[in-house]
Amino acid sequence: MARHWRAGAAGLAVLGLTLTACGGAKVGDSSEAGGSGSSGKCGTFNLAVNPWVGYEADAAVVAYVAEHDLKCKVTKKDLKEEIAWQGFGTGEVDAVLENWGHDDLKKKYITQQKTAVEAGSTGNKGIIGWYVPPWLAKAHPDITKWENLNKYAAKFKTSESGGKGQLLDGDPSYVTNDEALVKNLKLDFKVVYAGSETALIQAYRNAEKKKQWVIGYFYEPQWFLSEVPLVKVELPAYKSGCDADPAKVACDYPVYDLDKIVSAKFAKSGSPAYDLVKKFNWTNDDQNTVAKYIAVDKMTPDAAAKKWVDANRDKVDAWIK
Amino acid sequence: MTVAMEKPETSGDEQRTPAPPPVAPERRISRSMVIAGIVVVWLVLFAVLRGKQTLTLAAADLTDLHRWLNDVNDSIGADRNSNPLFLYFFNEIRLVIDNLVTFVQDLISQPSGDRPLPQIGWLGVVGLAGYVSWAVANWRVALLAVAGFTFLGLQGLWQESMDTLALTLSAVLVALLFAIPLGVWAGLSERVNRIVTPFLDFMQTMPTFVYLAPLTLFFLIGGASATIATVIYAAPPAIRITAHAIRSVPAASVEAADSMGATRRQSLLKVLLPMSRRTVVMGVNQTIMAALAMVTIAALIDAPGLGKTVVQALQSLDVGTAFNAGLAIVVMAIVLDRVTTAASGRAEAARRSGNPLLKWRRHLLVAGGAVAAVLVYLSHTYVWAAEFPGDGSTGSNIAKAADDVTTWAQDNLSGLTNAFRDAITNGLLNPFQTLLTDSPWWLVGVALIGIAVVLGGWRAGITTAACVGLLVATGLWSDAMTTLASTVVATVLVMLLGVVFGVWMGRSALVDRLVRPTLDAAQVMPPFVYLVPFLALFGATRFTAIVAAIVYAAPVAIKIIADGVRTVPATTVEAATSTGCNTWQIITKVQLPMARGALTLATNQGLIYVLSMVVVGGLVGAGALGYDVVAGFSQGQLYGKGLAAGLAIVLLGVMFDRITQAAARRTSA
Repeated sequence: MARHWRAGAAGLAVLGLTLTACGGAKVGDSSEAGGSGSSGKCGTFNLAVNPWVGYEADAAVVAYVAEHDLKCKVTKKDLKEEIAWQGFGTGEVDAVLENWGHDDLKKKYITQQKTAVEAGSTGNKGIIGWYVPPWLAKAHPDITKWENLNKYAAKFKTSESGGKGQLLDGDPSYVTNDEALVKNLKLDFKVVYAGSETALIQAYRNAEKKKQWVIGYFYEPQWFLSEVPLVKVELPAYKSGCDADPAKVACDYPVYDLDKIVSAKFAKSGSPAYDLVKKFNWTNDDQNTVAKYIAVDKMTPDAAAKKWVDANRDKVDAWIK
Repeated sequence: MTVAMEKPETSGDEQRTPAPPPVAPERRISRSMVIAGIVVVWLVLFAVLRGKQTLTLAAADLTDLHRWLNDVNDSIGADRNSNPLFLYFFNEIRLVIDNLVTFVQDLISQPSGDRPLPQIGWLGVVGLAGYVSWAVANWRVALLAVAGFTFLGLQGLWQESMDTLALTLSAVLVALLFAIPLGVWAGLSERVNRIVTPFLDFMQTMPTFVYLAPLTLFFLIGGASATIATVIYAAPPAIRITAHAIRSVPAASVEAADSMGATRRQSLLKVLLPMSRRTVVMGVNQTIMAALAMVTIAALIDAPGLGKTVVQALQSLDVGTAFNAGLAIVVMAIVLDRVTTAASGRAEAARRSGNPLLKWRRHLLVAGGAVAAVLVYLSHTYVWAAEFPGDGSTGSNIAKAADDVTTWAQDNLSGLTNAFRDAITNGLLNPFQTLLTDSPWWLVGVALIGIAVVLGGWRAGITTAACVGLLVATGLWSDAMTTLASTVVATVLVMLLGVVFGVWMGRSALVDRLVRPTLDAAQVMPPFVYLVPFLALFGATRFTAIVAAIVYAAPVAIKIIADGVRTVPATTVEAATSTGCNTWQIITKVQLPMARGALTLATNQGLIYVLSMVVVGGLVGAGALGYDVVAGFSQGQLYGKGLAAGLAIVLLGVMFDRITQAAARRTSA
């Protein structure tokens, strides 16, 4: 019984507390002037965020500028590429900021369905290739030429590579010719799919720390390179057209001009956010800086963007002029 | 990702069919000799035919079936704005569910209307959680609910947690709306039950990755798609358990009602439903747990909440942050689990406590309701009660501790773990995988069918034959065999752990109480959280995938075996002790043989749980079907292949399930 009296008393106490004026700021009292609803002519800007930190850096900065300088309401959507592009047609995505090649998607959504249009380069140069950890390049300088790879193949053997050297590939959404390259360059290697970027980065991180033999796919711009500066292996030089037939590729990857894609509707909307996306342009170093703030220094994307924007006002001003 | 615990119960109806005649001991010996014979013939033929007709397919290659599936997918996407099915059917469903999700989010997690904060702030939510838990269960779990929810806030994850809760509640609500009536129907009609069961199997074993992308095609990106994905995965347990509950109401009670002239409707509402209420609530519990398991997967299509934090932390390999968010999911799961479990037993507990308290209870409920209402009002009005105070420093401390532990383990244990990995990979996995992938496909198929017939009888053999045929048709035979090899090795290790810990827990209540929370946590913690540390310890290999599968599957096997050992009658154990058996003899000669039914059930569940981790394995270097599924989710031209890989996983699951269940029925006979 006593227990229940006590419960009742507690209830009364709380009631009393409310009645005897418990002060404090009320919700909505001191909301920032303007608020998020009244955002002028920009309206809502739906920005896709693809799952790698470099893209997150692009998105953080564009979103920050759109919010603070253009007073847009920015909705970020975390999506893989394929699904983000799908969103152009349904009006759920306005812009994709960092497209790596993806000619198949361009064909499907730009040429066939006509729901998307190109919005120019980001200024970033996408470099894809085979990389080794720095300690290995230092210990065996000749390893960075592909002709010498077979000499070391046995050293790259793992439990997964079936007696050959292991060439580690990452996320399935990567653009890769590695299986054809291994075959056509007659390398004594087997492509092993790590299955995610996380797995790939962890493999390189371990390799550098414990002086293990690892060779695999990687790309720039990438925040991880500021932690472990991987060294690129030279493959036969790229000549235009040498990758025309996927089965016969025997040359390095081209340098990708990373570009922006927006929905057709967004391009015609006259939104200042579209002009911002179209003019957005920066260097690999810029992106790596912001990516490092996010991934290594563990800042929130918003804080990272603010730090970079404050330091690079001139560049930002050129985008929103 | 979970295949619910109650799966074996679906075989309840089959168990009613007359059991095969008791098996004499000589028969059992001859059965294992037949299997040995099959294996020997297989090995001999393998030596001769190695590398022929293995049906391998390179990572980027497609079959006609895969291309056809791609075309179907594309054509759906192309006319989604003109097709009436979209305009009047899918869009309507989407609208309703979207509104529901947005409504719940406005209430507890997202700024609503002109307000910068949700309608009900943290104090209101905590108060409501406590009050509801107390009202439906008891004050002990109410206290747990209050403490748990407060902890979420202290972790600095209040809003994320509320988003997750909003999505979970919406999904569970929608799931139950369909699941309870369907479950009742399946409980009343044997035929409905038989039709529904394969669909439920399919819904639970089909990897979520396979239907995430099509779902966004049908229901667009956002809350609605995430909720529907969760519903597909979470509804089956509630349907199964409701059907089971209705079926297990004693026939006598129903007959009594009938003889008193009750209509069908009356006997359903007055007899069947009230009498099965307790079990139905357990079904609700399972549905909630399954919904929470989907949190991280749904984040891949922009579902808000804790899953997003986990996925984003994974991108920058931030183990601490991922662990902190994973812990919040575990805490929420434990609170919801304990509250619903207690709720299912409340009616009984209340009856036992007698009438006078019941009268008081009504007044107290009103008083408690008033208090909760006041808290809700406060949290609606005042900022201090709406926004969780503090800076969430507990969360960053947890994150830092998790980071430190992981770093230490990575630096100090990796030599040991690598040696272990190589031993298992070279000694067990590689030979077995070679046998499966390098034998001609028809040889493996015949051997599998033979083993199925010997273990489970002709019906299991026919099912296996159908599954083998369909596996070949998916065009992914070789990948399926690679996955099969890893799955079997993982299950062997799961059973080893299951026997060791299961016996230990079954023999000692103290050990049980100490170990069980860890098992619960291992089952609910999103696998994405422990992938990074495992990658550091074991590298991007098939073995990492096996370890991840063990973490997820071993708890189930351990729990089932512990229960089996505990139900061995004490008198039997005492009798053995009095005849001078030592502990080792009691375990091996008495307890384990008598728990044989539990062992086969544990094998069945272990296999299926391991199989449900195949896709996660694909993210950490297991390749094969898991990689195919992930690739199908990532690249348009591989979509059809990913779908086929998903089907192959389902087929493997059906094959395992039917063989082990038939075998279980034989051994328990």
